[in-house]
Amino acid sequence: MREPVARLQGVSLVYGKTRALDGVDLDIPSGCRVGFIGPDGVGKSSLLALVSGARAIQQGKVWVLGGDMADPRHRLRVCPNIAYMPQGLGKNLYPTLSVAENIDFFGRLFGHDAAERKRRIEQLTRATGLFPFLDRPAGKLSGGMKQKLGLCCALIHDPELLILDEPTTGVDPLSRRQFWALIDEIRATREGMSVLVATAYMEEAARFDWLIAMDAGKVLATGAPHELLERTGTETLDQAFIALLPEEKRRGHRPVEITPLPADRDGEVAIEAKDLTMRFGSFTAVDHVSFRIRRGEIFGFLGSNGCGKTTTMKMLTGLLTPTEGKAWLFGKEVDPRDIDTRRQVGYMSQSFSLYDELTVRQNLELHARLYGIPKEKIADYVQEVVQRFGLSRIIDALPPSLPLGHRQRLSLAAAVIHRPKILILDEPTSGVDPVARDGFWNLLLELSRRDGVTIFISTHFMNEAERCDRISLMHAGKVLVTGAPAEIVREGGHESLEAAFIDHLERAAQEGQQADDTQGSTAMSGEERKRTAGLTEKAPVRGTTHTTSFFSLRRMLSYLVREALELRRDPIRLSLALVGNAILMLAMGFGITMDVEDLTFAVLDRDQTTLSQSYALNLAGSRYFSEQPPIADYEEMDRRMRSGKLGLAVEIPPGFARDLAHGKPVEVGAWIDGAMPSRAETIRAYVQGIHAQWLQTQARERHLPDPTLATIEIRFRYNPDVKSIVSMVPAVIPLLLMLIPAMLAALAIVREKELGSITNFYVTPTTRMEFLLGKQIPYVILSLLSFVLLLALAEFVFRVPVKGSYLALFLGAILYVMASTALGILISSFMRSQIAAVFATAVLTLLPATQFSGLIDPVSSLEGGGRLIGEIYPTTHFVVISRGTFSKALHFRDLTDAFVPLALAWPILFGLSAALLRKQER
Amino acid sequence: MRWSHVWHLGIKEFYSLGRDPVLLVLILYVFTFSIHSQATSIPETLNKAPIAVVDEDRSQLSERILHALYPPYFLPPERIDTATMDARMDRGLDTFALDIPPDFERDVMAGKKPTIQLNVDATRMSQAFTGSGYVQTIVNEEIAAYVARHKAQERQPVELSLRIRFNQELNKSWFGGIMGIINEVTMLSIVLTGAALIREREHGTIEHLLVMPVTALEIMLSKIWSMGLVVLVAATLSLIFVVHYWIGAPLQGSVPLFVAGTAVHLYATTAMGIFLGTMARSMPQLGLLLMLILLPLQMLSGATTPRESMPQFVQDIMLLAPNTHFVMLAQGILYRGAGFDVVWPQFAALAVIGTVLFLSSLAYFRKMLETQQ
Repeated sequence: MREPVARLQGVSLVYGKTRALDGVDLDIPSGCRVGFIGPDGVGKSSLLALVSGARAIQQGKVWVLGGDMADPRHRLRVCPNIAYMPQGLGKNLYPTLSVAENIDFFGRLFGHDAAERKRRIEQLTRATGLFPFLDRPAGKLSGGMKQKLGLCCALIHDPELLILDEPTTGVDPLSRRQFWALIDEIRATREGMSVLVATAYMEEAARFDWLIAMDAGKVLATGAPHELLERTGTETLDQAFIALLPEEKRRGHRPVEITPLPADRDGEVAIEAKDLTMRFGSFTAVDHVSFRIRRGEIFGFLGSNGCGKTTTMKMLTGLLTPTEGKAWLFGKEVDPRDIDTRRQVGYMSQSFSLYDELTVRQNLELHARLYGIPKEKIADYVQEVVQRFGLSRIIDALPPSLPLGHRQRLSLAAAVIHRPKILILDEPTSGVDPVARDGFWNLLLELSRRDGVTIFISTHFMNEAERCDRISLMHAGKVLVTGAPAEIVREGGHESLEAAFIDHLERAAQEGQQADDTQGSTAMSGEERKRTAGLTEKAPVRGTTHTTSFFSLRRMLSYLVREALELRRDPIRLSLALVGNAILMLAMGFGITMDVEDLTFAVLDRDQTTLSQSYALNLAGSRYFSEQPPIADYEEMDRRMRSGKLGLAVEIPPGFARDLAHGKPVEVGAWIDGAMPSRAETIRAYVQGIHAQWLQTQARERHLPDPTLATIEIRFRYNPDVKSIVSMVPAVIPLLLMLIPAMLAALAIVREKELGSITNFYVTPTTRMEFLLGKQIPYVILSLLSFVLLLALAEFVFRVPVKGSYLALFLGAILYVMASTALGILISSFMRSQIAAVFATAVLTLLPATQFSGLIDPVSSLEGGGRLIGEIYPTTHFVVISRGTFSKALHFRDLTDAFVPLALAWPILFGLSAALLRKQER
Repeated sequence: MRWSHVWHLGIKEFYSLGRDPVLLVLILYVFTFSIHSQATSIPETLNKAPIAVVDEDRSQLSERILHALYPPYFLPPERIDTATMDARMDRGLDTFALDIPPDFERDVMAGKKPTIQLNVDATRMSQAFTGSGYVQTIVNEEIAAYVARHKAQERQPVELSLRIRFNQELNKSWFGGIMGIINEVTMLSIVLTGAALIREREHGTIEHLLVMPVTALEIMLSKIWSMGLVVLVAATLSLIFVVHYWIGAPLQGSVPLFVAGTAVHLYATTAMGIFLGTMARSMPQLGLLLMLILLPLQMLSGATTPRESMPQFVQDIMLLAPNTHFVMLAQGILYRGAGFDVVWPQFAALAVIGTVLFLSSLAYFRKMLETQQ
């Protein structure tokens, strides 16, 4: 044997309490196809993630391609030679990007120039049959196509080591066959490429060169398939696998024995569909599908990915209303509003859709309750399914910590907990290991034969299809053939169901119906084969530079371009960011105002003379006050002030005019509503001023003594009319350029974490710096656009011109949006869920920016914690720059005090983000 | 509709919340330190206003004026000269600059009524207005007292006796604390319900619920009661322990009445959260929508600046927002001690707005569920 491609020594991995890998020692031979087989949750995925470098090593040594994977320098050096496709359909793809753009992203990342990328994309997509769909978004591809696209992305950089974690789970037989043919061809031309695959399909595993059987975090056996068969004395790998398992796990296993469906059930029809049709726009997903399923029958649905199986099932459950045609359950037409029929149906969707936040037990209990199972029986019902599905060991675990197979079992348990009469199961066994699948089928048979439950199931496993009473083959929305499996094989004269299936599909595809949706299932032409070969020839690679340097502009650009594309694909987000900002600016600019006007006041006039009326008139005449009906007595005054209808109440005492004329001391009473202190202060200042004015007028008119000793002339500078708009508009711009950019950037990374594409960052040679910059720059540019728009609004709508240096303002804006987007990026690198990131961004921007940054109260006047935040918060400094350049006609040199902290903000925030971002999964 | 479904689905929301420690820490922060810092950092109307004085008189009187400007209203005045005055104001170092002319004291004593110039940085609106009033009053009082010592002086013919009601000392932290609670209640209730809904959509769990005997109304009600309750409990605790005991604000009116008002407000805001959750297609879109909604709600509801001073159309539009009524209600109950007989219009308005939001969210939510694929 040659030098192993990977060597593991004493490798252990622990998640919380679960031991995923337990002291694994393993040499993986190079230059061949190595299969990992084993039940769900035995550590296959964890092992592959360690070898690929996606996950950090906890204990033990992992050497891959001649170096230690614990050493970051080695990882950076070898990761261009490793390609890793994680578990799950299209998990590392970007759903809004097209097929071409997805591959292009990886091409850029690995340093191919534009021409080279174009050449490779064409070759790879032709080879995989994706070429006609270059412009289709990855999210709209069917499962098989997604896996092929994932493979294209993995192969673009000519890896020496290809790691595929269950690449064909949930993929139809035809696509699966094409997928492996493709890999074989590539291997044929690329001598020495090693392929590591985890798979649940034993017929696939039988074709590998070397197998590694695993259980409970340990390696059970290794060797070529025939060696394993010999060692266990079995005929098929399925059996061999079961024989390899430890005794206590084997004990529960009982081979599936199919009992024929009793014919005496008087032919009652459980499910009937007639001309069911579903159109999405111009695309027909389901085209006049009809079938009748008897009670207790197991009816299988087979077909390529995206052929309309799921849509048909959704129409039966009432989740979708058919465009045409009808469906009946037990003779009753399917009606989405009919709650009672839902009680008779159990449904399991293709993707896991139970609650991640609830434990296995809580999920089951919630289902039992929602299906209306009486309280006292819930525990029994839960116990029953727990036992049937072998969930007792994981009863308190959270679904995200479970392997795919366990999650599928949980979904199925939830679907049958209420003992439905009809079960609709959409690929329930994808990703489930053979032992569990057999157990599952035993259960289905029991349900069908003993309890008379009708089962409508879709599957990609041929041995499962053979167990159905009848099956339908579906393609491009149409049913091709229906009948008992043995009949279908016999009629077409095929040797197996799989052959019959593939034959039917290929014929349908050749007829050219809906070529667009057959996911290019046409076989490769000879010419294409040659091209594929050309692709992987060890010819000198043109236009490709492999750099493993600390910073590469090209890799940064590839992230930048991708982020920008995703942004462009989301016009709602773009327009929210731009138009939303403009609308907010209008609302805030006009709305926030300190010019307190139209304050309500009323007078309690106990004098009722011309003089007392002149006092009231003096107040009413001011633009600051608006007079309300007079007050009759104290009680009324109290009531009206309490209700908030009066801001000010003035009482003029009896004998006011008389006493004043006699020179006796007179006192006017004024009550101010102190509920809102700033408004009360303003009212106080106004009342005092108006009072003094009245006195002066009286002094002139009645020759009373003038009390004035000196006058104070107030010059309101920068804003001579003391208009709020002049003060607020330059301050609203910084406010908006904090909130929206931070929120835009805050989801950039955490979203990838939640949806899984972050793996691309873990396993490619991208450094943190490149990743973060590539993520941030598109938002900086978008925010600057937004700034220009706001500036135009200020000048042309609000008529608040920039009196000082535009250059200083622009420079300030650039530094500022760099800081505000970096704040979002920082939140994004730290948080784990999008919900927390949204919340944290709202908390960390709204309050400091509106209250502590000098928008209304100057920072120098703040106290305590708010003052501290205000001093360092970037908004504070940009408010100074913005107000300075707008209103005070200032230039760059006058504003150095503000520029220095603003310039420091980005490096600090960015450095923190880089420190908090992990390059490997832990 | 089955209430038991609403109940159990609501309980499920608590588990979801409990599994996200970061979220819990944020909720705690928002209702404690965030409220406290909001309440205490905002100054009394005039607090530590930076002032500079150009004393060209250098007399006893000008010295007296200088010493009268002291903390907490003003920072200790900087003595500067005419030449540096403009530059200092440009750089934003001073809000006020008082220029006392030469021979000021002599002219005052001679009854010549000389003029003092007060320069105000009018871009700092909050200090400019009230602050110049303060400076005027202080300077006048100092001159009057100085003159009174040297010369018999007539008193003012009519005195103005000013009394502030409900918050005699115009303590801003009392105000800030309660307005802080209002803002946090709104933000949290919208974020929690909206994001919880988006999360269910992104993870496909909503669709799963719909194959069970569960209706859209039940799903929506379960989110509203559970998230509403979380916020209601947090807000009530915060009002009592943070605002009342920690910050020391007196609670004039009935706390149960205020809690009831908060509940009605939450009815409206959680429904709004659901509405946004159905409008947005993904979490990034929801994040932006939140900002666009929260900012005007906070800034224009009357909690930051008085409603009276906003342009009429802004006032009218903001009447449609639940916050506006909630602010009125809170000010009425907690500051002015108003009872239900006084604040019932706000209760009614909130109930109407809440119901409109609830019904339209329900309609949108149903439509979204029907068309999603």
